[in-house]
Amino acid sequence: MRPLTEEETKIFFEKLSKYIGENIKLLLDRPDGTYCFRLHKDRVFYVREEIMKLAGNIARKNLISMGTCFGKFTGSQKFKLHITALDFIAPYAKYKVWVKPSAEQQFVYGHHVMKSGLGRITENTPQYQGVIVYSMNDLPLGFGVAAKTTQECRRADPMAIVSFHQSDIGEYIRSEEKLV
Amino acid sequence: MKKEEQKAKQTAKVKDKGQNDLKMKNQNASKNQKGKSKNVQGVKRKKEEVEEEEEDNSDESEDESDMEEDDSDVSDSGEVTGYTDHNKDWLKPAKSGEADSDNDDSEDDIPDDFSDDELSDDDSDEDDENSDDDDEDLLPVEKKAKKLEKKQARDKKLAEKELMTNITQTEKYTLPSGQEVEQETNQPPDITLVQNRIKEVMGVLADFKEKRTEGRSRQEYIGQLRKDLCTYYSYNDFLMEKLMQIFPLEIHEFLEANEVQRPVTIRTNTLKTRRRDLAQALINRGVNLDPIGKWSKVGLVVYDSQVPLGATPEYLAGHYMLQGGSSFLPVMALAPQENERILDMASAPGGKTTYIAALMKNTGTIFANDANKDRAKAIVGNIHRMGITNTVISNYDGRIYPTIMKGFDRVLLDAPCSGTGVIAKDVEVKINKDEKDIQRCSHLQRELILAAIDSCDAKSSTGAYIVYSTCSILVEENEAVINYALKKRNVKLVPTGLDFGREGFVKFEKHRFHQNMKLTKRFYPHTHNLDGFFVAKLKKFSNKVPVDPDKQGTTENVTEQQETAVVNQSSEDKGQSSEEISQKSPETKTMKKKQTNVKKDKQGKSKWMSTKGNKKQFKPGQFKKFKNTSKGKK
Repeated sequence: MRPLTEEETKIFFEKLSKYIGENIKLLLDRPDGTYCFRLHKDRVFYVREEIMKLAGNIARKNLISMGTCFGKFTGSQKFKLHITALDFIAPYAKYKVWVKPSAEQQFVYGHHVMKSGLGRITENTPQYQGVIVYSMNDLPLGFGVAAKTTQECRRADPMAIVSFHQSDIGEYIRSEEKLV
Repeated sequence: MKKEEQKAKQTAKVKDKGQNDLKMKNQNASKNQKGKSKNVQGVKRKKEEVEEEEEDNSDESEDESDMEEDDSDVSDSGEVTGYTDHNKDWLKPAKSGEADSDNDDSEDDIPDDFSDDELSDDDSDEDDENSDDDDEDLLPVEKKAKKLEKKQARDKKLAEKELMTNITQTEKYTLPSGQEVEQETNQPPDITLVQNRIKEVMGVLADFKEKRTEGRSRQEYIGQLRKDLCTYYSYNDFLMEKLMQIFPLEIHEFLEANEVQRPVTIRTNTLKTRRRDLAQALINRGVNLDPIGKWSKVGLVVYDSQVPLGATPEYLAGHYMLQGGSSFLPVMALAPQENERILDMASAPGGKTTYIAALMKNTGTIFANDANKDRAKAIVGNIHRMGITNTVISNYDGRIYPTIMKGFDRVLLDAPCSGTGVIAKDVEVKINKDEKDIQRCSHLQRELILAAIDSCDAKSSTGAYIVYSTCSILVEENEAVINYALKKRNVKLVPTGLDFGREGFVKFEKHRFHQNMKLTKRFYPHTHNLDGFFVAKLKKFSNKVPVDPDKQGTTENVTEQQETAVVNQSSEDKGQSSEEISQKSPETKTMKKKQTNVKKDKQGKSKWMSTKGNKKQFKPGQFKKFKNTSKGKK
């Protein structure tokens, strides 16, 4: 367990800002305590400082998780955001996509969002912007990348992909092993 | 209009008396034409024809029996229009069709079944009729109806009497002889026979003095019962013996309850939603549910569901947790407060941990530990799904946890156990547990509970509580373990705060436990419709480990291990056997053990020191150096 290096921080924040923009600041300056990002076994954990200090007691090989896991660094030093981060990026999301109840299940099973399943989309979403996917009753289902701008979506045919799937809450049961 | 009909029918009834079947039919036909609902009457006519055919078989010449039949016919037609006085108070003319058809059946039965009896009964009936004639107002139909009622009552009495005589006949139940038993062992068991015998033997045992066969002891009966229960419910002999000790009276109910699954229960995640909202959302998905009971504000019982409950979007979003009702109990007993430091020693798959976190509203710190790394992954999934942020998940053997960390405000130990309380969930338990398994569990539990107590801080301002729970109902894994802890550490039993459940055993067979053992709680499938469960709450009042018992403690640990090898010895005799067995070799062993403990401590400390040192080094610039070392280690 250690703090992130400058390079890692840069890569990580770059990724995070694709979804929540400048709201990263809100994650770090919280009124209810100091929170920090820690790297452990290539995973980035977002955790309150006191908890982090206590977790220091636990040997590296025995520590499995602490606080919330945001994602991991791949072998090629890219950052992959995990579904477990959804709780923290959903409230600060800048661009959102809502899917219809009929397409809800499809997305949760790991498919892209089609135009036919698109319920709503934030205005002026640029192409390849990170988006949070919601159900129509505002339940965050996962996140992805906008395949088309909002303008293009209006004219797209029903089977066209609107948002690429990146991660969804179905992973909690589909790939429980790989969460951390 | 109705009155006219009534009159017409009355006259018809009078005429009917003594007339033969054919005429009656005609008259009925004419009645039917009068009747309002033709369909119903058509059906009735058919029935009447059947009746009459049967009547022909029994006795045609008997006027009385004809009248009997007649009677029912008339009352039938009366029902359709609903006018005889006697029938008024229970007939509703509007629903004549339904009531009629029901009644037909019952009235069909009576003459059919007792057609022979009627012949003999009729004479006395006439006498009754004569006596009834005093009140002249009664219509002939009413008299008939009264007669019928009386006859029914008499028949009922007779049937009861017959039943009673049946009982007295079989009152003396004799056990099968040795030869019969031998014969049975060679053949595949006859389940109905076994079932009957279970019933009989239990009947005998309930009133042993009266019902026993002379010369057969209670032991023989109990032995037979155990054997039969083993065959009928397919348990092994060892477990059945244990269960019969725990439930001398309600063994049957318990075993039956184990054949039925407990209802599916879910727990609302109060961090993300409220129970009412969750219930509404699930009802919209076609789930039929109800609150679990007065004792929990977060539990819901699911009766049936059109969707898989473990895969609804609500589940994936962490709004609820699939969790047995009994799993709520230890957490409720623990009663975690906000901003505390809590240890869950054997936490996988995280159901109780997430409940603790929800009660603490994500404040404080929870250490969730599990000895099994794969199962610990399930904790990770559940904790993240439920949006819990205050938890550290570790993978240690719980027994060494005090060497890692101490000073917890509360500790929950949901110990690994034989699972005898959850036989409904895992039927394997019925056959694959023997004395050795129980002893092994019991021993591990003793070690774990001491570790749990040691991790707890007696000086905690808010708590210093330890909750011990198992999903086993065996005394060896519950009361005996608590009793052991009471002897070994400065802890005392306190009320669990659960207002239902049975009290723990203070004395059981040969065991005599601490007086306060009644503060522990037991839950059974047949009484609470929860999984079999045991919950005990301890308060630690001093961090000091009692000196004298501590010395014994280390020797006992070793002797216990030896004892597990000696299968025949029961687990509670340690006090005596330890002194007998503990001679030269155990002492040397303990010395070694102590040494290793010291070593471990040193290692732990040095590790801790080094990590702390490392932490200080962690400045972004020096990162590469560290990374190299860590990779080298891998």
